[in-house]
Formats: sequence, structure tokens, C-alpha cells
Amino acid sequence: MAEPVASTPIRYSFGADEHLFAEVSDSMSLEAFFKGMAVTRAVERLGLEGVLDVCLANASFQIRFDPDRIAPQALLEAVRGAEAEAVAERSLQTRIIEIPVLYNDPWTHETLMRFRDRHQDPSSTDLEYAARVNGLADVEAFIAAHSGAPWFVSMVGFVAGLPFMFQMVERERQLQVPKYLRPRTDTPKLTLGHGGCFGCIYSVRGAGGYQMFGVTPAPIYDPQQTLAYLKAHMVFFRPGDIVQFKPIDRRTYDQAVADVEEGHFNLRIRPVTFSLDAFLADPVGYPKTLQEVLA
Amino acid sequence: MIKVLKPGLATSVQDLGREGYYHLGIPPSGALDQYALSAANHLVGNPAGAAGLECALVGPELEFQHDALVAVCGAQMPALLDGREQRPDTAFAVRAGQVLRFGFPTAGARAYLAVAGGIDVPEVLGSRSTYALGALGGLHGRKLMGGDVLPVGVPSGKTRAGASLPMALRQALGGEVVVRVVPGLYFHRLTDAAAQSFFTQAWTVGSEADRIGYRYKGASALSFQPREQPFGAGSDPSNIVDSCYPIGSIQVPAGLEPIILHRDAVSGGGYAMIGTVISADLDLIGQMQPNQQARFLAVSLEQALEARRSYKKKLGCLARLFA
Repeated sequence: MAEPVASTPIRYSFGADEHLFAEVSDSMSLEAFFKGMAVTRAVERLGLEGVLDVCLANASFQIRFDPDRIAPQALLEAVRGAEAEAVAERSLQTRIIEIPVLYNDPWTHETLMRFRDRHQDPSSTDLEYAARVNGLADVEAFIAAHSGAPWFVSMVGFVAGLPFMFQMVERERQLQVPKYLRPRTDTPKLTLGHGGCFGCIYSVRGAGGYQMFGVTPAPIYDPQQTLAYLKAHMVFFRPGDIVQFKPIDRRTYDQAVADVEEGHFNLRIRPVTFSLDAFLADPVGYPKTLQEVLA
Repeated sequence: MIKVLKPGLATSVQDLGREGYYHLGIPPSGALDQYALSAANHLVGNPAGAAGLECALVGPELEFQHDALVAVCGAQMPALLDGREQRPDTAFAVRAGQVLRFGFPTAGARAYLAVAGGIDVPEVLGSRSTYALGALGGLHGRKLMGGDVLPVGVPSGKTRAGASLPMALRQALGGEVVVRVVPGLYFHRLTDAAAQSFFTQAWTVGSEADRIGYRYKGASALSFQPREQPFGAGSDPSNIVDSCYPIGSIQVPAGLEPIILHRDAVSGGGYAMIGTVISADLDLIGQMQPNQQARFLAVSLEQALEARRSYKKKLGCLARLFA
């Protein structure tokens, strides 16, 4: 980890009269995300009158507020206070979720072929391209790396319920793939995407610029809230969730889709404590202990 | 009930929006011109935040199944009841079976139709507003389609046909628009020349202008200072590590065309924002037509708050007038 994120003060800037924007770091790291999460949780605990929304992103956060109810400078002072208190936090009570994935599926394949003219490498698939630019032998090796270590949900947004994810590996092993040269006008629902160093799951069908690697049968956003794990909220993911991808075959995928349609599909979800110091001390071994919680 | 004979270009059910879900990617939604919807609601005796119809550029054709009191505010789009033009910013009576349609807008981009009792679709996450990207709220989570039937609530009976906005409380639309902006966020990433030219040039609304955002073109590109891109930030100098986007924030992908995000905003992404339109001027953006010109004026946070007080004062006058 290059810069001492924990001790560098957050940069604050007002997004006019209704938003306070905070950049924890200009580069992505687990420490930057962790600090942003600690500060936003501390701000939430303050329960400030006039705060409408506390939005956490990967290495930054934003507070939407009503300036008729809280003066911008009063808000800034309160958030700075929360920052001072939160830098000491080094562990997180959260949950780990297993997300089944059909990698190299026919639907994203059909879509990526349709938009080949917008891609850096029209002669290969998104998976083949991603494997090559990451110096991996083939698609299988890429899938092994992608599903080999868990991911942190570092932001929920862009559109409703879409998780951005950052893999729990050292910077040298981060999978990095550029976005499409020009965004597609279509992406299948529940596509696993990747852009820059971030993975995502497209919660709804629509435009997108991330590379496409597969699909999950598990709905993650549903205004009808049909499935058990969506009863508490129509949006499943929260920043701080830990995700472990599990490669599945077509038969398992089809069965899961049938279960979704019948309303009894469920996810494997377990409570877990994440320790930043334990991860930094052993970035290869520590994530394996988290995976074991799912066993 | 109101039957939708023709849906228009992009007609949707909107109230004043929902707060508290932006951190999950669900934006506030609600009328892009909050003042116009509030005014139309007051004219028909509704609370300011009742749900109405936002009618963009090409209005719908509606058949009323029962008598109703209706008002249209916002864009100057003549409301034609069985072909007879109605006075703008004035409540009028509609009889069961009559058909309301709209002429083309001479100024402004969005007319707001309020009906006494409000459009009575279910509340979702505290609001009746449509958020189409998330298939949420409004009527079936989408803009209107031909054959839709809109439920109407119970009128308050507080106002009558002929209730009208005083001239001082009507909106002036059209012409070159001055939009006030608080520079900030990643404004420091622009070159000095770009930081100046953003505010000195005239910008024209492009064809990609909708509830998510407004794209502006027709002025010279804005360059960002070259730098070695931080880890995770993407390769273009206009890229940042994906972050939250304020409502009203201005991003300039590749330095080419500024995009102002509005109330159906994508909640975050990887383009540097160079400032944010003040809350009091967001209504103006939603009333801009393609090819209309804007200039951006840099203001301080204190000036933004002062403008907000004036705006709220005008809303307060409206409320008192029809209390």
C-alpha cells in the first residue's frame, strides 16, 4: 500500500447547496474504502437532522442534505468530527454471500458479439481479452482468479441496486480491464461486469460499458420483493458486504432460474468479521479464512 | 380515472420525489421542474406534492372518465380540451368523456398537468414518482403507454375553475438561460484555460437531454490537466475512481460535452465533476429544449443559499395564496 490513507485528511467539497462530497483518496485501495466506510457509519450514528442520504463510494463518499434544516458549515464540522473518531476503526462486522455464476454464458456472449465494433479487440471475446491483458494463460485461468478470492462491495449505485466490487487481493494481483471504447446500449440483466479494477453485477438490463464475463441466476434488485432475501429491502447489497463467486454449470444455472421463478431460490449468507490488519498482514491467507465461513 | 389515448413522447407520473435511497442507487426522481408541478397542484386544490403528469415536448392525449378540475403549468404547451385552447396557469373544468391534448411547446420543455385529487398510483419508497431505469414507482414503473388508465384521488374542493396564478408567480421560459454553478468537486483538475472557458462560452442543449441528464455541446473542448492516473481511476484524464454524483453535478467525459445530471441521475460513475448547479436553478434545466442556449455563472455556496431562500419564498407565496 503506497500512501498512508488512514492519516491523510479527507478532501471535502460542496456539491452546491445540497451535497457535501468527500474524497478519501484519489486512488483505489482497500484502506481508502475502509476509511470511507468507517466515517460514513460514524456520520450515520450521529443521526443529524437534515441529512437525507449518506452515500458511500469506492474511495469517497457524499452526503445529500437539506440546507434549510442543517447549515452546510455545521454539517462539515460534524463530519470532520466523525472522521477524527473513525480513523481508529480497523474491523467490520458484515456478512459474506456466495453468488453463483455461469461464466462464459450464451446471453452475454450474444450481446458482446452484437457490440463487437465498440470493443478494443473485436477478434476475441471479453473473457479472452481480459485474460490476455492480465497476463493469464487462458479463460479458465482468468475465471480461477476472478472466483479465487472474495470481493468487497465498495459501492452500490450507478443504477438501483448495482454493486461495485473490489477484490480482496494485493494490488499486483488486481484484475484490471479497460471499459468498452464506446458504451453498449444493452447489457443482459444480472451480467457480471468488469471495468478498471472494479467488478459489478448489472442489477437491471440496460446500457453499460464494462466487459461481460457471465451471469448469475440470483436477482439482486426487485421492486416486487418476491424472494426471501429481498423481503427486507428491494435492494440486496450494501457497501461492506463480502461476495464470493461460485462457478456453476448450465444445468445448475437452469435449476436456479427455475427456483427463482417458483419463488424459493435462496442465497448462502453468513455473518463474518473482517479485520483490515489481518488482511494487510496476510493478503493471501486471510481471505481464505473468510471463504471457510461459507463451507 | 383518466384513459391514455396517446402517451406523448415521455409522459410520466411524478410528485416531488423520494429522498433517502440515493445511497442504493435510487435517485430522488420527481418533477424536473418542481415549481411548475407545485403551482399546478395549488391551482386545483392539491397539496404541492401531489402526483401529476410530467409531459415532455410532445404531450399526451387523455380521455377523462369523470368530471375533473385540471391545471397545466410549466412549458408553454397549449392544453386543448376537445380542441379548445385553455388558459395556461389557470384551473379549468373537464367533463366526463372530454379529451385533452397538447399543442407543441413554444417555450419550455415540460408541462405539468395536475388533476384535483392527484394521480393516485401507489407510493413506493415514500413517493409516487416514476424512476424508469429501476422500473419503480409511477404507473407500472415506466412512462405512460397508450391504453393506460390512471386512477385519480379525491378532490379537496378548495379551488374552482378559473383559479389563476398571478403574473408575478408565473415562470419566464425560453431564450438564453443563465445557470448558476458552484465550482468544486474536481474543478481543480481542469486546465486554467478550461476553467475559464467553461464559464465564458455559450453552450447548446444537445439531443441527449432527458430526466437522467442534459448534454451540452457547441463550445470548445475543456481539457483536464495531464497526470499519471491514480490506481483504479481509468486511463483518460477526465476519469476518476468511480464516485458518487451530486444531483445537478456537471461531468465532462473526455473533456468534450458537459453533462448535467438531473433527478433520475445515475448515482455514481468514473467521470470527474467540475461543479454543481445550485438547487434553485435545477427547474430551469428541465425546461430547456434541445438547441436552446445556456451560459454558466460561477457563484459561491453563500450565493447558492441566498438563491435558495428566494426560491423558497416564491414557493411560500404560492402556498399562502391557495391555503
